[in-house]
Amino acid sequence: MLPRSQILLLASLILAGVVSAFSGNMDTYFLDVAMGVGISVVLASSLNLINGFTGQFSLGHAGFMAVGAYTSAMITTTLGPKFGWSQLGLQWVLFPASLLVGGLLSALAGLAVGAPSLRLKGDYLAIVTLGFGEIIKVVLQNVEAVGGARGLVAVPGHTNLFWTFGTAALTVYVVWALMNSTYGRGFLAVADDEVAAEAMGLNTTRYKIIAFAVGSFFAGIAGGLYAHLKGYLNPTGFDFNKSIEIVIMVILGGMGKHVGVIVAAVVLTAVQEPLRQLGDWRMILYALILILLMILRPQGLFVWPLWTKKTT
Amino acid sequence: MAALLQLDQITIRFGGLTAVSEVTATVQTGELVGLIGPNGAGKTTVFNMITGVYQPSGGRIQFRGRSTAGLRPFEITELGIARTFQNIRLFPSLSVFDNVRVAFHLHLKHAAIHSLSRGPKFHAEEEELREATLGLLKIFNLERVQNEPAKSLPYGDQRRLEIIRALATRPQLLLLDEPAAGMNPAEKVELMRLIQFIRDQFQLAILLVEHDMKVVMGVCQRIHVLEYGRKIAEGTPQQIRANPAVIAAYLGQESTAA
Ligand SMILES: Nc1ncnc2c1ncn2[C@@H]1O[C@H](COP(=O)(O)OP(=O)(O)O)[C@@H](O)[C@H]1O
Ligand SMILES: [Mg+2]
Repeated sequence: MLPRSQILLLASLILAGVVSAFSGNMDTYFLDVAMGVGISVVLASSLNLINGFTGQFSLGHAGFMAVGAYTSAMITTTLGPKFGWSQLGLQWVLFPASLLVGGLLSALAGLAVGAPSLRLKGDYLAIVTLGFGEIIKVVLQNVEAVGGARGLVAVPGHTNLFWTFGTAALTVYVVWALMNSTYGRGFLAVADDEVAAEAMGLNTTRYKIIAFAVGSFFAGIAGGLYAHLKGYLNPTGFDFNKSIEIVIMVILGGMGKHVGVIVAAVVLTAVQEPLRQLGDWRMILYALILILLMILRPQGLFVWPLWTKKTT
Repeated sequence: MAALLQLDQITIRFGGLTAVSEVTATVQTGELVGLIGPNGAGKTTVFNMITGVYQPSGGRIQFRGRSTAGLRPFEITELGIARTFQNIRLFPSLSVFDNVRVAFHLHLKHAAIHSLSRGPKFHAEEEELREATLGLLKIFNLERVQNEPAKSLPYGDQRRLEIIRALATRPQLLLLDEPAAGMNPAEKVELMRLIQFIRDQFQLAILLVEHDMKVVMGVCQRIHVLEYGRKIAEGTPQQIRANPAVIAAYLGQESTAA
């Protein structure tokens, strides 16, 4: 008999599959937004592991997303035609494999950035991760093999409701399951007091590295989903603004709160299209929301006692 | 028999200030030892060197015959040394229960991956740890507040919770940094009784830092006295009480230390 959490995960995956199977005649605009929402949940929940639960401050999530996006898009665009597989083989073998490789490479990038910089705290870590995100962008803009500044085009549209919601459910499950164990309480302990955590025998560096690796793994997968949803990639899509957008979801949802952050990701993504008409004013609006939130409701917008309960 | 903990001429300098200077001291297995001295004498700094928070500028520290040089704090805890902090350092947002549970970390058989698979072994171990945590909380009468965030506890309970949390690492040596600070005389007596109980029940050695001489006199078998970073005396409570250097060091202190 599976534990309840795994039954829930399984049920979510099946539901995602069923809804996806019947999505053929759904409104394409609605579908696009829905898939965008799923990707945002993956991004926000995975960043929540780093910034919320473990108390680090990463501003480079879009950079990790870019690593996964370009990796998986390169795999499907180059290998896809060569293999000459059926649509089914591409959809169910090559695409998920490319997502996985993208996630793994992104996790490696997470390790590479995380390991040397995790001795840094707060603002310093934020600056290093911010720098990483910008470096990734500039590198992508200058490597012709991945399209350079023009970007990567003709990425096959493999992303569907099943992959987005399935990945979202899996991400939420992984973050939830990690936190809800004696081992996982260590992440929260590291966030609360690093000196005390070390004194209790916790290898705080190891915890932070795991948070970074798992967080960037899912950011990479989200990137792959994004690539095969949009059909093209542009380095500027993974800039500082994108990272900030994800950070805002985590803060709005209440750092280190599972449900709050999911709700924030859903709401913010759903209103994004209408808000796009505001152009650059959108970022100013975000900044205003953030300031007001810090003053009026620092614990997050979508948090009430029901969701802050911490039991296994 | 070799000492459990051996401090050999340890020294540490912060810039121009020599906070601890050539201190030599031992703690034997199962012993309850006091480390006393006026404020600023270097007691907490000695703890920070033993636990790897600071590396000594000179001298050697050996625990169970093994040098602790270069080890990180969590590795020293792994060897069997646990501590409390002078300014309480609980995990404030975690529940009382989780504060203790997380300190069983060193004895966990499962790792991150098992939190994901959540098999029968994982659940069995979690259940085992739940019982062990509740067992510790019960001894100290804190099981009734197990679900409260640690920061919401009254001061005295926070101090006791910090001791319980340290015990959960299953140490052979427990370092207590002014556990009686901020308590009234009745609470201090109760705490000293508790400390002796812990030593007997958990069969460990305790090094107790206190700047109030009267508190340690009653419970410690041996006492080391620090002043201005130097050790000025060592002996039984009777010997310490009669030591002229100690009396001199504490003369101006008596009124404030009460
Ligand atoms: N990290 C540090 N940097 C500079 N000076 C320090 C540091 N830690 C302790 N000290 C100094 O070392 C001396 C001893 O401090 P401490 O060990 O806290 O004394 P005690 O615990 O006996 O009251 C004090 O003068 C203190 O200011
Ligand atoms: Mg002190």
